[in-house]
Amino acid sequence: MIPAPFDYVRPGSLDEAVTALADAGEDAKVLAGGQSLLPLLRLRLAYPSTLVDIGRVPELKGVRDEGDHVFIGAMTTHDEVLHSDLVRAECPLVALATATVADPAVRHRGTFGGALAHADPAGDLPAVAVALDMRMVARSRDGEREIPAAGFFVDYLETALGPGEILAGVRVPKLGPGWGFHYEKFHRTAQAWAIVGVAAAVRRSNGTIEEARIGLTNMATRPLRAAAVEQAVRGLAVTDTAALRGAAAHAAENTDPPSDLHGGPDYRRHLAQVLTHRALMAAAAA
Amino acid sequence: MPQITVTVDGITHEVEVEPRLLLVHLLRDRLGKTGTPIGCDTSNCGACTVLMDGKSVKSCSVLAVQADQSDILTIEGLSTDGTWHPLQKAFHEEHALQCGYCTPGMIMASLDLLRENPAPDDDAIRKGLEGNLCRCTGYCNIVRAVRRAAAEMSGREVSAT
Amino acid sequence: MTETLETVPEVGRARRRKEDTRLVTGRTRWTDNIQLPGMLYVAFLRSPMAHARITRVDVSAARRRPGVVAAFSGRDFADEQGSLPCAWPVTEDMVQPDHPPMAVDTVRYVGEAVACVVATDRYRAADALEAIEVEYEPLPPVLDMNEALKPGSPKVHEAGNKAFTWKFSNGDVEAAFRDAPVVIDRRYRQQRLIPSAMEPRAVVVDTDGETFTLYSATQIPHILRVMLALTTGIPEHRLRVIAPDVGGGFGSKLQVTAEEVLCLLICRRLGKPVKWTESRTEGNLTVHHGRDQLQHIEIAAERDGRIRGIRVNLLADMGAYLMLVTPGVPLLGAFMYNGIYKMDAYDFTCTGVFTTKMPTDAYRGAGRPEATYALERAMDELAHELGLDPIELRRRNWIKHEEFPYTTIAGLTYDSGNYEAATEKALALFGYDKLRAEQADRRERKDPVQLGIGVSTYTEMCGLAPSRVLGSLSYGAGGWEHADVRVLPTGKVEVVTGSSPHGQGHETAWSQIVADQLGVPFEDVTVIHGDTASSHKGMDTYGSRSLAVGGIAIVRACEKVREKARQIAAHLLEASPDDIEFDRGVFRVRGTQSGKTIQEIALATFAAHNLPDGVEPRLDASATFDPENFSFPHGTHLCAVEVDTETGAVKIRSYVAVDDVGTVVNPLIVEGQVHGGIAQGIGQALFEEAVYDPEGNLLTTTMADYLLPSAADLPDFVTDRTETPATSNPLGVKGVGEAGTIASTPAVVNAIVDALRPYGVHDVPMPCTPERVWRAVQEGAAS
Repeated sequence: MIPAPFDYVRPGSLDEAVTALADAGEDAKVLAGGQSLLPLLRLRLAYPSTLVDIGRVPELKGVRDEGDHVFIGAMTTHDEVLHSDLVRAECPLVALATATVADPAVRHRGTFGGALAHADPAGDLPAVAVALDMRMVARSRDGEREIPAAGFFVDYLETALGPGEILAGVRVPKLGPGWGFHYEKFHRTAQAWAIVGVAAAVRRSNGTIEEARIGLTNMATRPLRAAAVEQAVRGLAVTDTAALRGAAAHAAENTDPPSDLHGGPDYRRHLAQVLTHRALMAAAAA
Repeated sequence: MPQITVTVDGITHEVEVEPRLLLVHLLRDRLGKTGTPIGCDTSNCGACTVLMDGKSVKSCSVLAVQADQSDILTIEGLSTDGTWHPLQKAFHEEHALQCGYCTPGMIMASLDLLRENPAPDDDAIRKGLEGNLCRCTGYCNIVRAVRRAAAEMSGREVSAT
Repeated sequence: MTETLETVPEVGRARRRKEDTRLVTGRTRWTDNIQLPGMLYVAFLRSPMAHARITRVDVSAARRRPGVVAAFSGRDFADEQGSLPCAWPVTEDMVQPDHPPMAVDTVRYVGEAVACVVATDRYRAADALEAIEVEYEPLPPVLDMNEALKPGSPKVHEAGNKAFTWKFSNGDVEAAFRDAPVVIDRRYRQQRLIPSAMEPRAVVVDTDGETFTLYSATQIPHILRVMLALTTGIPEHRLRVIAPDVGGGFGSKLQVTAEEVLCLLICRRLGKPVKWTESRTEGNLTVHHGRDQLQHIEIAAERDGRIRGIRVNLLADMGAYLMLVTPGVPLLGAFMYNGIYKMDAYDFTCTGVFTTKMPTDAYRGAGRPEATYALERAMDELAHELGLDPIELRRRNWIKHEEFPYTTIAGLTYDSGNYEAATEKALALFGYDKLRAEQADRRERKDPVQLGIGVSTYTEMCGLAPSRVLGSLSYGAGGWEHADVRVLPTGKVEVVTGSSPHGQGHETAWSQIVADQLGVPFEDVTVIHGDTASSHKGMDTYGSRSLAVGGIAIVRACEKVREKARQIAAHLLEASPDDIEFDRGVFRVRGTQSGKTIQEIALATFAAHNLPDGVEPRLDASATFDPENFSFPHGTHLCAVEVDTETGAVKIRSYVAVDDVGTVVNPLIVEGQVHGGIAQGIGQALFEEAVYDPEGNLLTTTMADYLLPSAADLPDFVTDRTETPATSNPLGVKGVGEAGTIASTPAVVNAIVDALRPYGVHDVPMPCTPERVWRAVQEGAAS
């Protein structure tokens, strides 16, 4: 299928980009890697008046060490994230989840920022963002502001970015030593979206879980933290399978999972518990 | 209309394009590079896979304007001086195609896979080709072909050094 | 005379395919690749309503859009578009509604074409569709077959929702079930499938004002030509149909489509070449769907497992209209519900039902996978009921090797088979006993991941078909196939085949056959197909018929060529034709070294200086072969699955297929067909389903929703063969295109159910999604 016509601008800097976006009005859309947007355009499910292509904005690319956090530029591709030594060393959960996004060709074009700004609750990275309390850096003509991940994902395909704002990058806090990570994705085929996914980070000390951060994919119209599980898991022995299972049983609390061809809400609630248990076990052993 | 410059299989083209023109339509309808087919609307099937600046992309999910200044390699540019690439030979030898519609994309995705991992095991091959659908072969012979090509390509590299 | 011949027969060799050269280099000729000067692009506006009266269509605004040359509604074609054909009136009273290629008054499924635009390029055409205004008056959708048959149901067509009821009965079924020690009574659902050939359909039509050339991504250029002539009134001799490279079909391109008819009519109106290429979304909506049956199967058996009789009652969803062979598809299964087993009674009833969905039609296996699924699932239920090993139950019932030829309860005569050999080989390759031991261990340990073993022993009727049989089933055409074999002056050979490949490798396999038949090198043969101008006669490719019917036509044509050559050789060698013997390309005078090669004879024939009296200077021949019987491939497939009872996830751990497709012309091609067939059967078992919502909207319009397995979702398959030649044709071949698909679906589902028996699970509806498997475990455990 074929996209409807649109105007196109390709700014060469972030300043130009935010100006272009503001000038283009409210029906404009930012084009990042296009791996989610292009199918929507082709199916004519989106009719932007203008696409602001931020693919050639140098400030938006790359991964930097910024002390207590890692900055990942919004236009860093999934493939570049996967190959970043810094990401792998300091934010392994990001690498683990990114490796499950779509397929290699899509990961060559699709971007870290694009996937987050698209805010698909079935996407793998939003759950990681909330689990790790990433800080989203938004730029507009009025300057820069930071939005905590918890407040960034508002609803299905909806973020806290205002009109005229571009997600410039993400600050991923470094968690320090003692953490283990796992991303548990459950889907029907390798290419399919997650029915449910669980992003888990677990800090261990002397065989005991001291702290856990758990993000849930596709359990509501936005990514969720499994707060009750995080509470329940504190102090449990990393090898105590039964106790961890008991803690994971809280995973479905305060969720509002969708119903679609791949599963009803009750099945998803059940899966969230099973997968959270598995993610905890794997993260605790990692 | 934006003017772009793209190099496709070694030939540089300057073309005016509508912003919405898909790279795959630029290749097929404007440049006559019909070796790269289209199989879906949603970037699932991978039939349209080409290399863009050395990395696999699905050309149905890239705008031609996004490909400005880039170097595109399609299935048609894979042979050199009439000699088939080891992947083309291996797909033929292992009967890794039937109708052949997915083959250009499958070969280009395999090329990218072997760039990343010159000696993949079967699982890595299957995972690496997860974005390319074939309805004819059941994939067994495609996996064998990629394995065979990997051996030939690494052998060549070894002898070259 | 020179000796240039290989001594190894070509038939049986793993020849690499000739067609690959263009396919691996991108030098293909898909229909969408064709660009003609001045070509216009067609786009169709499709109904968003499952069922509605069209009250207004206004294309005038579309006509004013940039680049638009024309725009039409169904009304514009009403007088000339005719009705899309159904070639299989299965009963005399079958309801066969008018099927306008473009809807005029009423739409009956989502996706039905209601208008179109013709523009200078595909982008402009897509844009202009949005300017067409259509008003609908909604009518109630008809989606559920059982509801559709109830009195008072909304009607899809005025004549009602029942298309036909077709019955077959043999033996005393009542007696078989009366006092039967064991009766298995099961209901299965064959979900609706989307064939999903990788190449979307495309049509190009060109005209010189007098004649029309239509290119289409079709399996059936010959049938299409006849049908287009009958539908549009364009005389057959002014219509040329070309199937260029075709990217897969699996039955989905065995059709006369609305778009083919309409593009022809548009070309005729505008006098310009036109092209239409569907998007995948359009394809999912409007390429005919497959399967969609509700099956009720009952088996009456003795306590020792011997089958007394089988009773089958089907509802088959026709969709909104009857297309080319829609009503016949379930009936191709009618003769297969007895499978490879002996019994005394069999009763089959099928009712075709109209719904407001895309019509169904042939999809790989067409009727036979459905039958095999219900039978093989029910056989496993019987084995479970009796506490018998499922292999043992089958052994007790199958036709023994020494009993062939065997006339089945369904009235077919199976010419050959060796179920024992195939099964033994499969069991050995599979490691059956070891897997059973592991299964017992996992059950003992209450492992949350359980192991299941599924078996499927199948046969199928293929090589469609003896014309006489097709006639007795009221099919509208014959089942013969045609071939021309021409030896050129230089000794090279052209073969014109009436079969029409779309991935099967005919260019290679036919070359192998001809190389043996005429004693010429494999490389010296070229195969011409898929163009009614060069291949004037054919019945095309479907139903695993190309080799078993078309291959034999080639053999017969070669025999005629040899006979002509023998006459000429005898004359040149000054011997009696009776004294000439043919051996690997050389015609020799018996008992001497004196001979002529076929190449020498070809040249001599071309020169025609010294031919026997009355012999024409030509070394070519035609043959049309009509088989006397179907062929009956068979095999045993075994599947081991791991089922995660906590999530419902199913992983295929190993898969073994031993198929007997008779003589093998090219083992590479055969193995490839089996691999692909298994993958499609697994697709049905685990992943694929066309889903309509309660309003009749298709929810699975993209490949993101209709899940096809990728390499990462399938295991390696272990395949092997036994070779029991068919006795019904001179090559001993049977056909292999559909075997894998027929066998694999029940093998996989049997394995899943087998894994879950300890949980009280006796069925999981297809596709066995994780959610369905999980629910089955929950419900089984609760009961």
